[in-house]
Amino acid sequence: MRVELSSKRLRSDFVKKIAELSGQNLYLCYQCGKCSAGCPMGFAMDILPNQIMRLVQLGLEEDIANSKTVWLCASCLTCTVRCPRGVDLSRVMEALRLLTLRKNKNYVEPSKMPPETVADLPQIALVSGFRKLTS
Amino acid sequence: MAKREERIGVFVCHCGLNIAGTVDVQRVVDEIKRYPGVVHAEHYMYMCSDPGQELMRKAIREKGLTAVVNANCSPSLHERTFRRVCASVGLNPYRCEIANIREQCSWPHTYDKETATKKALAIIKTTVERLRLNMMLTPLVIPLIKRALVIGGGIAGIQAALDIANGGYQVILVEKEASLGGHVMELSATFPTLESPKDFLIPRIDEVMAHPNIRLYLNSEVDAVSGYVGSFNVKIRQKTKIVEEEIGAIVTAPGFDLLPREKLPVYPDDPDIVDGLQFERILSPERLTYGKIKRPSDGRVPQDIVFIQCAGSRDPEHGMPYCSRVCCMYTAKQVLLYRKAVLEGQAYVCYMDIRSDAKGYEEFFQQVMSHDGVLYVRGNVSRAFRDGDKLKIWTVDTLSGKSLEITADMVVLALAMVSRPGTRELARKLNISVNEHGFLTEAHIKLRPVESLTSGIFLAGTAQWPRDIPDTIASASAAASKVLSLFSRKELLHEPTTAHVDEEVCSGCGVCVPVCTYKAISIDENKKVAVVNEALCEGCGSCAATCPSKAMQHRNWSHRQLLAMIDVAGGGYV
Ligand SMILES: Cc1cc2nc3c(=O)[nH]c(=O)nc-3n(C[C@H](O)[C@H](O)[C@H](O)COP(=O)(O)OP(=O)(O)OC[C@H]3O[C@@H](n4cnc5c(N)ncnc54)[C@H](O)[C@@H]3O)c2cc1C
Ligand code: SF4
Ligand code: SF4
Ligand code: SF4
Ligand code: SF4
Ligand code: SF4
Repeated sequence: MRVELSSKRLRSDFVKKIAELSGQNLYLCYQCGKCSAGCPMGFAMDILPNQIMRLVQLGLEEDIANSKTVWLCASCLTCTVRCPRGVDLSRVMEALRLLTLRKNKNYVEPSKMPPETVADLPQIALVSGFRKLTS
Repeated sequence: MAKREERIGVFVCHCGLNIAGTVDVQRVVDEIKRYPGVVHAEHYMYMCSDPGQELMRKAIREKGLTAVVNANCSPSLHERTFRRVCASVGLNPYRCEIANIREQCSWPHTYDKETATKKALAIIKTTVERLRLNMMLTPLVIPLIKRALVIGGGIAGIQAALDIANGGYQVILVEKEASLGGHVMELSATFPTLESPKDFLIPRIDEVMAHPNIRLYLNSEVDAVSGYVGSFNVKIRQKTKIVEEEIGAIVTAPGFDLLPREKLPVYPDDPDIVDGLQFERILSPERLTYGKIKRPSDGRVPQDIVFIQCAGSRDPEHGMPYCSRVCCMYTAKQVLLYRKAVLEGQAYVCYMDIRSDAKGYEEFFQQVMSHDGVLYVRGNVSRAFRDGDKLKIWTVDTLSGKSLEITADMVVLALAMVSRPGTRELARKLNISVNEHGFLTEAHIKLRPVESLTSGIFLAGTAQWPRDIPDTIASASAAASKVLSLFSRKELLHEPTTAHVDEEVCSGCGVCVPVCTYKAISIDENKKVAVVNEALCEGCGSCAATCPSKAMQHRNWSHRQLLAMIDVAGGGYV
């Protein structure tokens, strides 16, 4: 099916909110793929980080909502450090999570996690997991 | 011809191991010393080096040599070097010939020393036989008229004309239209600085008009050209009148056109689907009403606009196979100008790749692509069609894998840059060549980029290849500097190894006339014999090979010489 592209879609609330929450100019991204190339979680993602950026640019909210990518993102900031255009992609990921969380759809529930799992998890995963809930 | 007592010297070069690694140079020298007429032979590591040249001088002086064979690399490399050495000690340079024992002997026979050595000897012997009959020649002096013709008054022609005129020589500038400036005059602003083209073009046009060294012919075209470097005769047609001018060099700069829209049926004939130049005119400050961009059909301000790049470029099946080089950048410029004029507007750019390869260009492009209200969509367009008062564009975003439908008010096509239809005809008149797309062909794409293969005719600007303004100016200045360096000579010398006609033998049959690519031969209708214009003759030999009565002979490549060479060539090396 052809996706209808229009200024309405490109200037939708979704795109505006992501820009606002992340504080990024989403159109700086020129789709080089450096973020995806270095993402430690890329192997498990159904849509790669650069593709998430593209879908945001096009205002395709549904496609992002149907993907697990933003929840697999470990907020490790590798992409942020490497992006040649200075896009803070981990903030975009965070903004996408926030949009969902604000709809009261929690993905990670620390209170329901067994203490052993919490002990096993790498610290960075926990930190990013909490950020997902607290910010 | 009375036989003279020949005293021939043979100099065999090792070329390091290039020759000596394969050819037994000592044996060659020992054997050739015994050959009739040879009074001196020696070999040396690098004959072209200063000590090598000194060996030659010494031998020529001390042994009183009357002719010299240099057995070494191809004549295209060092024929001039060794002939200069001969001239420096008073030996006529045309009494020196090269025996090529590298490209034609040691290199192809690396694994067979015996064959290579015998073949080297055979090559040297044939050269000795040829030399016995070589005449002493002196270069032809041909007149040099220090006045140039520039064809085309676009930015390329203007630049070339001003450079030559400011160098102190007269210029005749011929422009087909009623005014100067070419396509640059139609532009709204120029990337990457957004400078108005009129700001730099109009002062230049004024300078041309007022220049004491430039004679301008407007509404004029070149009708016919004859002659050769240093003295061409041109007939210029100004409406019904024909003017003749004598000139010494020509700069050809007839510019470009856009690919006709009809060639691309996916983009229908619609007033709101415009090409890049039409959009430049819509954008130009004089046309903008209250800073507003208006679409052609109903004068409404286009809120959504789609720019389609590579329209007819990089498409060997439907358009041109090459990249037009300028459209990525002018599209970015047009997008920015549009966004500045239509504050709420949304621009989409359908592109395949972005080519932004000059100073400041990539930075300019990045600024445009990340501007708000601008979306670059990677993919080619499949259809554009009208739907009520809107246009629909079907395309794809290969980055996300989505096929898209964009609804827009206006479409701008970055059509391929092509050669003007008249350029082929002009090239034919000048006897220079064009490539399969009608662009003027340079003598060598890397080493002689602004020269044509016809000496004295130079190329500038977009008639040669798509170029932006800085590249056009650079090529025009380069062509002008070639003209200036030609004009800085006192006189023009031409190789004397040309064809000539034995009038006693020639029957005037005319068979030789069409074989000459350089149009050097004509038939004298009174005497009924062929005449060679030696200034035009490049010494290719075609005519001499064609003449049925052997009346046409090539200086220092006569039939007698060739037969003498063939007699010894068989000399049993195989
Ligand atoms: C839409 C568009 C936008 C552009 N924007 C930019 C930009 O922003 N910046 C930039 O650097 N470049 C830009 N360019 C490129 C720029 O237009 C060219 O680089 C420039 O025009 C080349 O100049 P030229 O003299 O080679 O050719 P032309 O401009 O085509 O001039 C050739 C001249 O020769 C004349 N002529 C043709 N045939 C004959 C003949 N047989 N006898 C006598 N006269 C003849 C023509 O009438 C014309 O005056 C743009 C091009 C396009 C299509
Ligand atoms: S590294 Fe930056 S510019 Fe490249 S695709 Fe990722 S976000 Fe875009
Ligand atoms: S922050 Fe997320 S998207 Fe970026 S590299 Fe780390 S895991 Fe990947
Ligand atoms: S310059 Fe850009 S738009 Fe023009 S043909 Fe080349 S790639 Fe296509
Ligand atoms: S030698 Fe070649 S260039 Fe000279 S007149 Fe004969 S055919 Fe023409
Ligand atoms: S082909 Fe030979 S005989 Fe015939 S016109 Fe030419 S030079 Fe004369």
